[in-house]
Amino acid sequence: MDIYLPIAGLSVNVLVIILLGGAVGMLSGMFGVGGGFLTTPLLIFYGIPPTVAAASASTQVTGASVSGVFAHLRRGGVDFHMGAVLVAGGMLGTLFGALLFSLLEQWGQIDTVINILYVLMLGGIGGMMAKESWQSVRARRTGTTLPPRKRRHHPLVANLPGRWRFYRSGLYISPLAPLILGFVTGILTMLLGVGGGFIMIPAMLYLLGMSANVVVGTSLFQILFVTISSTMVHSLTTKAVDIVLALFLLIGSVTGAQIGARFAQRLQPDYLRLLLSAIVLLVALRMIVGLGWQPDEIYTVQLL
Amino acid sequence: MRAITLIAALLFAQAASAQEPVPQLVPDVSQRDINIQSRFTGAELLLFGAILFPRGVVPDEQVDVAVVLRGPTRPIIVREKQKVAGIWVNAQSVDFRSAPTYYAIASSRPLGKIVDAKTAAIYELGLDQLQLSPSGEINTGELRRFTRGLVDLNNRDGLYGESSGSVDITGQVLYRARLKIPSSVPEGKYVAETLLIRNGRVIVADDSVTVSISKTGFERFITIMAQRYSLLYGALAVMLSLLLGWLAGWAFGRQ
Repeated sequence: MDIYLPIAGLSVNVLVIILLGGAVGMLSGMFGVGGGFLTTPLLIFYGIPPTVAAASASTQVTGASVSGVFAHLRRGGVDFHMGAVLVAGGMLGTLFGALLFSLLEQWGQIDTVINILYVLMLGGIGGMMAKESWQSVRARRTGTTLPPRKRRHHPLVANLPGRWRFYRSGLYISPLAPLILGFVTGILTMLLGVGGGFIMIPAMLYLLGMSANVVVGTSLFQILFVTISSTMVHSLTTKAVDIVLALFLLIGSVTGAQIGARFAQRLQPDYLRLLLSAIVLLVALRMIVGLGWQPDEIYTVQLL
Repeated sequence: MRAITLIAALLFAQAASAQEPVPQLVPDVSQRDINIQSRFTGAELLLFGAILFPRGVVPDEQVDVAVVLRGPTRPIIVREKQKVAGIWVNAQSVDFRSAPTYYAIASSRPLGKIVDAKTAAIYELGLDQLQLSPSGEINTGELRRFTRGLVDLNNRDGLYGESSGSVDITGQVLYRARLKIPSSVPEGKYVAETLLIRNGRVIVADDSVTVSISKTGFERFITIMAQRYSLLYGALAVMLSLLLGWLAGWAFGRQ
């Protein structure tokens, strides 16, 4: 069944969009990530204009993270204090991201920058995750135990001026650290349509040294608000949010997320992480190929 | 039916006056308004009409017909990717002040066989004859390269097209041609031009037929809202995603 997307300005197959949303939703339910990192490239691959893809993907991530936030709220897994600082940074980031977006678009380099950012982000995080999960899988197989990782914040964070107490996270650090972290992910949300959970979770664990039981909840809390902010900023500046596209993506992804969450309970977390890192690295590889190979069409058109 | 009576009436009128030495064209199109709504997947236009020869006498020598459908023109930038430090990035670009958003031409025989180069250039017949008015200084080689790039890109998307032999002429009097319009077509007023060609030259050109393509209903409502009431639109998108996310969590939580 075909349906016309009013903002993207072309017709697409509804089933493809719902299935795409569903597959991404499964992943987000299984791994607790927003899944925007897959939606945006897949939509572009399907022929949706890049700006519309990024803008509508961030709307989808909002929907995918809602139920997760509720679940973690009930469990008390959200540090509101930390979350508020992250959200403040994230909102500033989306505004700055909007500025960057229009500048890059004028220079005609937005596509390249998006691709390079994807490669760096997915390649780096995917590689890190693959190494770590491989180590723990092997440790389980051979029966040895890995030395427990010490929870402490990075020296860079310790050197920042001014300190606040974040009780639930168990931290006494400068609020600048989460503010900067939020700012960076806000920029990524605006440019790439990703929630940024990918960067947030490792950064919270290994840079800030937050206690693990509030990491996922707080990250989802920040993703929820920053993707809302990014949808609003996109609506006001690029005017590229396609509500029809977002609706069908959402139908797929919210259902997929619930199924994925159930599925995840039956799998070993280490294998799950290894699987996720393989998917992430594959997407990164596809992007590298896209950058280095001569494209089929080397010309692009932009309206003035 | 209306078109047929119209043609008959005109044929009669033509036969009665019978003074014009040049033939006339009576063009029409299957659809004057194309509405883009939720099930729109593109359209196929039938451009047809009659050739009225003076005194109703059909000449022995062969005549050819070409039909052109042009979309509204827009100023655009065409960018060309080049390999820089191992990756393909946009390097050079050219600005065009008036590039048609849509251009399709159909002719009864290959264009190269029915018109000479000068005529083709004057009437913009064929994809290699588009006048795109580049702004700023640019040498001819580059201009040709970028024009070809734009034509190739739009050709792939179905926005530009050239097909020879797709105009059927019946009894040297009636002609018809089908042109395809993809779903990604922009809104606006489209002009259909019909050209009667004999001995390499255009005898009559008629561009009186227009087709208007516009979004209607829900699609129009969404587009206007996104453009003019962006704040409300954004809030609506956010609300929709919150609602759906919450609903799914609730529905699955119940089980």
